[in-house]
Order: sequence, then C-alpha cells, then structure tokens
Amino acid sequence: MGLVDKGRMPAPLTKLFNISRSYSMWVYQWGLACCAIEMGAAFASPRYDVMRLGVIPLPASPRQADFVCVSGTVTDKMAPAVKRLWEQMPEPKYAISMGSCANCGGPYWDSYSVTKGVDQIIPVDVYVPGCPPRPEALLEGIVLLQQRIKNEDMQAKWKGDEFTTLQAKRQAERGELHAGDPTGQSTHDISTDPQPIPERDRPEPIVVGGGPIE
Amino acid sequence: MTELSERQQLSYIASQAADARLNVELETEGMTLNIGPQHPATHGTLRIIARLDGEQVVWAEPSAGYMHRGYEKLTEVRTFPQVTTLINRIDWLGSFANEVPFILAAEKLMEIEAPPRAQVIRTILFELSRIANVSLFLGDLGVQMGATTPAFLAFRDREYVLNLIESATGGRFHPNFDRIGGLKDDLPKGWINETTAVVKRLIGFCDENEDLLFGNEIFQSRMRGIGVIPAHVAEEYGLSGANLRASGVDYDLRRDNPVGLAWDKADWKVWTHPDGDSWARCWIRLQETRESCKIVLQLLEQIPAGPIMTKVPRIIKVPEGEAYVSTENPLGEMGYYVVSKGDLGPFRVKIRSASFNNISITPWVLKGVYVPDIITILASLYFILGDIDR
Repeated sequence: MGLVDKGRMPAPLTKLFNISRSYSMWVYQWGLACCAIEMGAAFASPRYDVMRLGVIPLPASPRQADFVCVSGTVTDKMAPAVKRLWEQMPEPKYAISMGSCANCGGPYWDSYSVTKGVDQIIPVDVYVPGCPPRPEALLEGIVLLQQRIKNEDMQAKWKGDEFTTLQAKRQAERGELHAGDPTGQSTHDISTDPQPIPERDRPEPIVVGGGPIE
Repeated sequence: MTELSERQQLSYIASQAADARLNVELETEGMTLNIGPQHPATHGTLRIIARLDGEQVVWAEPSAGYMHRGYEKLTEVRTFPQVTTLINRIDWLGSFANEVPFILAAEKLMEIEAPPRAQVIRTILFELSRIANVSLFLGDLGVQMGATTPAFLAFRDREYVLNLIESATGGRFHPNFDRIGGLKDDLPKGWINETTAVVKRLIGFCDENEDLLFGNEIFQSRMRGIGVIPAHVAEEYGLSGANLRASGVDYDLRRDNPVGLAWDKADWKVWTHPDGDSWARCWIRLQETRESCKIVLQLLEQIPAGPIMTKVPRIIKVPEGEAYVSTENPLGEMGYYVVSKGDLGPFRVKIRSASFNNISITPWVLKGVYVPDIITILASLYFILGDIDR
C-alpha cells in the first residue's frame, strides 16, 4: 500500500477501497449488560440478521476486528479492559457505543462505580441511544457508519493516531505549529519547550435518531 | 573402572550436573488459566481464575464485580415508583420478574393488595418473562458446545414472546409495568388469543429443542455425570431455583410461598431430578419452560373481570417498617428486604439475588474437573452477571 502510505490515492481507487471496506466489516462484540442481548438479537437472530449488511460478527479477537460495538454499562473495573481492547485493534478502526449506559451512564448516572460514558476512554463514532435500543436502531447505526466510511478520506483515517502524533512531532520540530507569543514578551525559547500534541481531527460523532446524546 | 584423568572426572561431574538440571526442567508446573472478563462462554463479564495441573483444575475462583452498578445505594436516592426502573435491569432476561417481589414488599408495608385481575395478569407476565429467559438459556447451551443452530432457534422463538410483552407493557426488554397497588395498564385487545398461539409455539420449541439438543449424543456425553452437586452441598451453598431442584430438593417458592400471586389457580408440577449433574440442571429448565407454558395457558382462561389498580394516593409514601418478600424468579429465589422510614423512597433495600449464591459454589464444583467441562458447568449453572454483581 505504498500509495496509501504516501497519501496519494487516486480518487476512483479511494472510492473503490471505501466501498469494499464498508461492506466487509468485522465487528468485535463487547457485550457487557442488557444491551448485549439486544446486540445478540441483532447479530445472531434470523429476524434481524446483520450479515445482510456485510457485517461479520464473529472475529476471534480484537486484532481481526474493524469496529467494536460496546454495548452495556462500562464500570470502573471494566474500563481498563475496554481501553486495552481498543488499543489492540488495528487501524482503521471505529467504535459504536450502544445504549444509554455506554453513551453517558444512563440510569446509573449517579452511581459510584459506573463510568459515565465509554467516550471518556475511547473515541466513539456512532452513538445508539436507548435503554436498551432496539436491534433495528443498532442496524441503523451500522448503516450510518457504512455511509461515513464510503465518503471518507482514506489518508487521514488509514494512518491512524500514531501517524498523526508523528506528524505533529515533526511539525513541532520544524516550528510550524507555534505562532509564538503575539506580544513578543516571552522570554523562554519556544522551540525547545514540549508542546501539546494537537488532538486528531475527528469528525463529529453520529447519533442515531439525530437528537442530542442524552 | 580404569582411573580417570582429572579432565575426564570434571566432564563426568559436569554431565551429572547437566542431567540433574534437566530433571529439574522437566518437572511439571501448574498453570493459571484466566477465563474472562470478556469471554463468549461466561454470559457476561465474569472472570474465572483457574489453577491447572495439566488438564485438571486444582483450584478455581470467580472474580465478580465487573458489572457492579451499585443498585442498593442507588435505591436510597430514588422514590418507590422510580426503583422499579432500576431493578428491571438486575436480571435483564426476565425483567418483569424482578419488579414483582419489590412491589409486593412495598404493598406489604402499605397493607394494600392488588385486585385479583392484576394479580393474574402479573402471574402471566411473570411466567412469560421466565419463558423469555429460559428459552435463551436453552439456545445458548448449544453455543457453549460449539453448536450454533439452537441459538438461532431460540432467538427466533424468543422474539414472539418479546413482542407479546411489548404489546402488553410497551417495553420490549424492560417493561416497568408493575405499580404499587396494581398494574399500569390493562391488556390490549386481542392479546389473549395472540398469547395462546405464541405459547403453543413455544411448547413446540421445547419439543424441538429436546429432540435436537438433549437427544444429541455429544451433548449427553458432555453433560451426564459432569459437575455433580449433591443435595446437602447445594443446600449448604444456598443454591436456589432449578440448580437446587436438579439436586433432588423439592423446593419451589411458587408452590411453597405464593405471595399474593395466582400460581395456585393453575395445575402444574414441580420437577426434580435425583442426579444433580449438568444434564439434570438443563433438563429441569426445559421441563420448567413447559410448565410455565401450561401455567400461562390455564391462567389466560381465568382472568377475572374488574379493576387493575386499587386506590393508592397520588404521591406514594410507604409507612415505616421492614418487609422481606421473595419469589421464584427464572434464576432462583430473588428477594428484597425493604426498610422504609416513612419517606418517599426506601431507606435501605437489600437485594437477595439468585445468581450470586449460585455462583458461590463454583470453587467447590470446579475442583478436579477438566478444562472443557468448566464451560459446560458454568453454562448449566446459568447465571446472569447483573444478577451476581448488582
């Protein structure tokens, strides 16, 4: 993938790659609570049947997965495991947060042991609200994610977080990132000062149903 | 033996030392196997730490708490009607059954009783949620042994039950339908005929499952005689529900303590099995699903007319006192010990959930079994993580 690494993909080829990617997604099921049963109904039941959307719900490990579906309450004890799972997945990767608990804490918004939203740990691409959401809502979330993948700029996504960090570091070395102190009063040398690495430019997350994430 | 030179002697000693080292290296060591917290065979986020000697388990311990959501603390800051929203989600497969004991405890404190119509409808919904719960267990049982077909069958037929619960209560999963003093709504039109058809379909599912899964030779050889729990051990560890009845103890709270619900109006049987192995636990659940279908079919014909709600004040204040009510939930005995100080909400709620006690026997029952049997024993014990960790 030399062209991809250099970021010089021709547009038709990008289109082709994106269509292929969006219809062969392997999902890792991180089923935690009640939503896991609805996720099971969406993925394994003959009535909803996610495979007709080109999603394969049976990878053996997160290392083979394209996106993860975090469904259910993430507790503080479970949070490190979710984080490690996300780091094990290869780029390009996506996350669907299913259910109110994973979105924001849900009915346990004032509990002492619940992480108030999985987006504190991993970046979420699609939020599926509901407690639990119906399987149809999860399927709509997957369709919306596929639409996003189809229109994606591959260069930005493919290279992932590590690449962005590296780019930012190089830019920092070249001094492109700092505008410097506008007043000119600064005494210390900016170029040797450790600079904050800018967060990766992520697109706005999708919310199924379109409302605010509450 | 001819005299050895100094060099030869040294090499002889070195070779002996090497042999000794080799023997040390060949000694077998134990191994710690960590199943979970996320594993397809654990019904959620349970973690089992097992110490192995070869293929045998020497010592095993469950590590719970990955799904601890703090129900008992949260109920202290909710009002009584709000609590049912929370406790729906303890045993998420049979949600309606979770509400009933709490509501009954609150009614006991307020000294009111639901009208007969509400009680019968409660019992029907209770048994429907049991069918929804156990049918998924029967489907999941095959998945534990590498057969995916039973899961598809279970999800296919479970959808019909969920549709029934949804059309009656408005919630597919978490109905939140039970109120102090009765029910939220009456049944919709045509629900009874629809339910009769679906329950008959579920009886067909049980027959199909018995032929397909329980008649399978692989299934039997992996279940029969594995994970035997004698009756006295089961009683000592506080098992309840089908796990206890599979050990031969004839104890069912629906028959022995029908707390204001209508189980005594139907003719049904409490099944027990003398073996106490994994097979018995699964078989008991299959028979119980059939009995639930029978109960529902009988009760549908004798729903009395009348109101579904007694007179309760608009703002519910439960008088001071303590009450404990437990019912036979799909997973076993589930009880709520409610302490009220006369406020809008409970002062303290202690939840006795079945799975927490059922899982406490795992260190005992997993001792000495082989590694593949861990999965089948855990599957046959049948726990739900929300019910363990709460």
